[in-house]
Amino acid sequence: MKFTIVILGPPYTDQAAETAFRFAQAVLEKKHHIYRLFFYHDGVHNASSLLSLPQDEIQPSQRWRQLIDQYQLEAVVCIASALRRGVLNETEAKRFAKPGNNLMPGFELSGLGDLIDAAQHSDRLITFGPSS
Amino acid sequence: MTLHTVNKSPYLSQCLADCLDRVSAGDSIVLIEDGVYGINCATSETLSALNKAIAQLMTLGVQFCALRPDIEARGLQTTSANCPFNLLSDGDFVDLVCEADKVLSWY
Repeated sequence: MKFTIVILGPPYTDQAAETAFRFAQAVLEKKHHIYRLFFYHDGVHNASSLLSLPQDEIQPSQRWRQLIDQYQLEAVVCIASALRRGVLNETEAKRFAKPGNNLMPGFELSGLGDLIDAAQHSDRLITFGPSS
Repeated sequence: MTLHTVNKSPYLSQCLADCLDRVSAGDSIVLIEDGVYGINCATSETLSALNKAIAQLMTLGVQFCALRPDIEARGLQTTSANCPFNLLSDGDFVDLVCEADKVLSWY
């Protein structure tokens, strides 16, 4: 079965991204497919490569990246949500004349059309909403 | 069958109450994250209105579940014989989503 998982929560503020990660792992362990991960609203912070944690703690964006790499997943970050929150790839950093970019490799910036497409082409779409 | 997820505590939010108002016969409800505090509905007097709604919905074939890892993370007791909630692993949760036609997230 093809799943799309929508993540609306940032790391740390609430549990949404953690639940979504656990759910994604369980989906893949059950040999289902993930059509797309869609990071939206504050969920875009999960795609920042600048999260800097003590080494013995869970590394949220690294952990997503490993899952994306291992299963060749498509991870889309809503571009409108991302730009507003300072999550930029190289192209957008240049376009807005910013001093650096921070989109984690493995993630891509794209529009809401990709969410509509995912809803059409997935068997199941599940949203993990924030707690506030 | 629609699967409803609820991720907020019924002590702090109307999420569960709103969800219970709108479920249809045969639907499933899964409490996740802070939503698992809702398992106290069966025993808490504070939540007695929800308790009555849940008892009534169970007669309509609504299935009540809660994520076991989230319950354990909060140290909640689940030994009560009148707890109407089936406890799910993350894998069970995936299976239930597959059984459902669609998922509605209350947050």
